[in-house]
Amino acid sequence: MTATITEPRAGARPAPVMHGYRFELVKLLSQWRIRLLLLACWIAPAAFVAAVSLQTSLPADTVFGRWMNATGWAGSLVVLDFSCTWALPLLTSLVAGDVFAIEDRLGTWRHLMVAVRSPRRIFVAKTLASLTVILLLVAGLTASGIAGGLAAVGNHPLIGMDGHSLAPADAAGTVLLAWACALAPTLTFAAVGLLGSVLLGRSPMGLLLPALLAFVLQLAQLLPLPVAVQLALPSHAFLAWRGLFTSPAQTGPILIGLAVSLVWAILATVLAYRLFLRRDFTNLAYDGSGRRILVAAVLPLVAVVALSVGVIAGATPATGSGIEQSKLQNSLATAFAHLYRLQTQELNRPDVTEAQLQATASCDKGDSRVLDEGPGNDWRCVVSWHLPGTTAVGNAIYQLDVTADGRYVADGDGPKEVNGYFQVRTPIGDAPNPLWQFDGNVDLLASTSKE
Amino acid sequence: MDTSPAVRGRGITKSFGDVVALNGIDLDVGSGQVHGLVGPNGAGKTTLLGLLLGLAVADSGSLEILGTTVGRTLAVPEGVAGFVDGPGLYPSLTARQNLTALASLRRYDAGGTGNVDDALEQVGLTDVADDRVRGFSLGMRQRLGLAAALLTKPRLLVLDEPSNGLDPAGKHHVHRVITELAAGGTAVVLSSHRMDDLAALCSEVTILATGRIVFSGPLSKLAAESGELDYRLVTSDPATAHRLASETPDLRVVPGRDSGQGPGADVVVRGPVPALDELVVRLVQAGVALRELGPVVPPLEAAFLALTGTGTVLAQTDQEDQR
Repeated sequence: MTATITEPRAGARPAPVMHGYRFELVKLLSQWRIRLLLLACWIAPAAFVAAVSLQTSLPADTVFGRWMNATGWAGSLVVLDFSCTWALPLLTSLVAGDVFAIEDRLGTWRHLMVAVRSPRRIFVAKTLASLTVILLLVAGLTASGIAGGLAAVGNHPLIGMDGHSLAPADAAGTVLLAWACALAPTLTFAAVGLLGSVLLGRSPMGLLLPALLAFVLQLAQLLPLPVAVQLALPSHAFLAWRGLFTSPAQTGPILIGLAVSLVWAILATVLAYRLFLRRDFTNLAYDGSGRRILVAAVLPLVAVVALSVGVIAGATPATGSGIEQSKLQNSLATAFAHLYRLQTQELNRPDVTEAQLQATASCDKGDSRVLDEGPGNDWRCVVSWHLPGTTAVGNAIYQLDVTADGRYVADGDGPKEVNGYFQVRTPIGDAPNPLWQFDGNVDLLASTSKE
Repeated sequence: MDTSPAVRGRGITKSFGDVVALNGIDLDVGSGQVHGLVGPNGAGKTTLLGLLLGLAVADSGSLEILGTTVGRTLAVPEGVAGFVDGPGLYPSLTARQNLTALASLRRYDAGGTGNVDDALEQVGLTDVADDRVRGFSLGMRQRLGLAAALLTKPRLLVLDEPSNGLDPAGKHHVHRVITELAAGGTAVVLSSHRMDDLAALCSEVTILATGRIVFSGPLSKLAAESGELDYRLVTSDPATAHRLASETPDLRVVPGRDSGQGPGADVVVRGPVPALDELVVRLVQAGVALRELGPVVPPLEAAFLALTGTGTVLAQTDQEDQR
């Protein structure tokens, strides 16, 4: 029989939430695992960014990786991108995924219940304490990455995802905003961790649940899913922050990503709370139950995905994969024009404006039998621009590898003087060629294209 | 001493699914009384202790603790402390941190660290107060659990196997603390499988078997429930002793039992105490020196075995082993 724990009406007063919170925090911070994580999060990014920024070979497969030796702000974004893929889900696994389960392993539930005398307050205290530790970890990743980059490379302008330059002050603000955006899906994984911890008791599956969810979502994000489904995934905000680094910012996917993440975070926390209050604390061998997991946790979360897909599909103009020929052409031409100006500055030529360049792009996917839309590495584009002061039109070829999340890598295919070689000869020596390879980001939600 | 009831339970029933853990239990524990709770595994002791701590509520019946009727989970009044299934301790914290946290949760930290230090001193753990509990032995954990209970200055102390894993010194500490608490008016309910603990500490005991009370009352009354006991005689002449025991009225020689000192080194007899007295007289008259005479199983243990029915099972197992 399940003994439902309910709030006492008479008898001893429950412990104050703040006392419980302090106790939970002390318990968490006394674990060597948490201490090690904190140390790693506050030191490792700085060391990594400082070391990598000074190398000649940069992590170009990560967004902003190719700019790491140009500005200190890029390093923090590389750390952010890596954290969104692995670090944040794992950190939430180790903190939130264990905060309830540890009482099962130690057999201390009865002691805690007698001491606090309110399961509600225990839940609140544990949730707040694990949230505090997670925020400390994220703050460490943020501060450490920024500090390492600024110390090793310096406070220089950052080149955005569309090639435009962000002044150091703007870069600082946008980098912090990007980290703040990543907090929402972090909260989602933390809430799922709480749910797993409550649901599965001593079972290690509880600890692994956020990491498992992250793995499944990453697999899903690799698939050419309809844009409404992609945006409805709780991890989309882990990618959507890249839209902050375009001008204008791609706010649609960011706001939707944040909203979806927060809905997940709230729902998972509420589910965990309800399950916790109904738990039988007299059963020391509690390991959860299959049917209960399915009914109480999996089904509501699947339902919220279905609901999100419906709402996004109905409320936004998004169709198909969101990656259309016209959007891609527009994005590539814009990025090319911005980076062309950068190359002009490097070569010490007279400055030109994007308007003077009138850059356009013409893209084709695969051969004529393939529809010109969707992700793939078979996009081939020709960028055309007007050379200032002349009537001549320049052409440059790019091979594009476009992923389902809207990110693409443009690989210059010539001419050599423009985008065919990784370096350009400047008056002060060879320098990286900004037009050779660059990252871009297609706004998956944009409904109309500008040719 | 205040003898008003700290615990008054009537007709307490508690089931877990189809399993009836407690079936119509009546329990009275007076203030200042140490009440023992014994029974075989699965008898319902832990369930009953859990009810006293407020971890669960009875399905039916009434339970009054320290004058307050308990009808809801975690609704036991202030002044109830203790543990079931071992003390709840956090191994990554030191002994002092464990107690300080508890004091803070139960709002007993007004006295600063003094309360914690006092509690640690009472159980003899002052020297290891700043050591992590991870390195503590079972006995030290038991003592720290007791210190945690003392911290709340309990009027009802509920302890589950408090002597588990204790060395003689630790046991002495724990016994002294419990005795002092009882002398100060605290009611103590403790479960134990060790009859020597019960004999040393308890004024009354309740024996549970399959969720029912099979005995409740003073220890002296329990000893009388043991019925005929087996006694072991070690003499200078086992053969003569065996013959005399066989000839003594109301006394039977229990075949096939020895003390491990070799076959025939002693004699085990069963019968009432007067018959045993008669045997001693006959041994002396026959010039047989009596070196040792005592019950094979202590009276309390024998009573427990007899009342819970486990004695029969043990005897049968014993006989099968002999074969």
